[in-house]
Amino acid sequence: MTEHTSKAVTVRYFAAVREALGTASEQVQTGADTVEGLRDELRARGGTWAEQLAPDKAVRVALNQTMLRDDRPLADADEVAFFPPVTGG
Amino acid sequence: MKKPASVCIQHADFDVAAEMAALRAGNARVGAVCSFVGTVRDRHAGDAQGQVSAVELEHYPGMTEKAIAAMMAEAQQRFDILGIRVVHRVGLLRPLDQIVLVAVTSMHRHQAFQACEFLMDYLKTQAPFWKKETTPAGTRWVDARVSDDAALARWGLDLKNA
Repeated sequence: MTEHTSKAVTVRYFAAVREALGTASEQVQTGADTVEGLRDELRARGGTWAEQLAPDKAVRVALNQTMLRDDRPLADADEVAFFPPVTGG
Repeated sequence: MKKPASVCIQHADFDVAAEMAALRAGNARVGAVCSFVGTVRDRHAGDAQGQVSAVELEHYPGMTEKAIAAMMAEAQQRFDILGIRVVHRVGLLRPLDQIVLVAVTSMHRHQAFQACEFLMDYLKTQAPFWKKETTPAGTRWVDARVSDDAALARWGLDLKNA
């Protein structure tokens, strides 16, 4: 049985995602066990949040400044970032 | 054996000759110095929306350096090279401005060429930068390209971005 302890995480948003949501970063108190669970919670805010973080949306995710390919467990003091496909170089 | 590997994210312009000289300095094992410079164009390929007058480069401080450092470590594993230097600018840039430098030293040219191309293909789709262009129609975020994903896939890295 998983214990759903509340975690304090930093969530960052970049580029077009940041502009649409109107925020660059926030501290979130979450009961989510994984990054996907956190995304579900943020999406549940509705409106632009539901739109920007929709499952089929081309949003990339980083956990503790490393690009995420699969879901990962979330821990207290983690940093999660959501951003559009990158366009550097 | 000296194998420098450094990345710098900066607003200021860079001097390619100075960077290359610093990268190979004092190392007589170096027989090849390869470099790539990306610059700002004034027109989006195949775009009728008009001339680009400026590009704003945003990045994820901390992750940018970490991601590129990981790419450089991968390049050191894959290719028989000596040193790597990456400089990527951020902030407001104009057409003709330099954006990015990837420089690689090695004993022989083939590995340096390969590593340089590998690092650019990797950086294009996995380094957390975002470009916002200004045209007469206003500002717009540049779209990622599937062709860049395809370029990275040729190295055996199937990491979807676009």
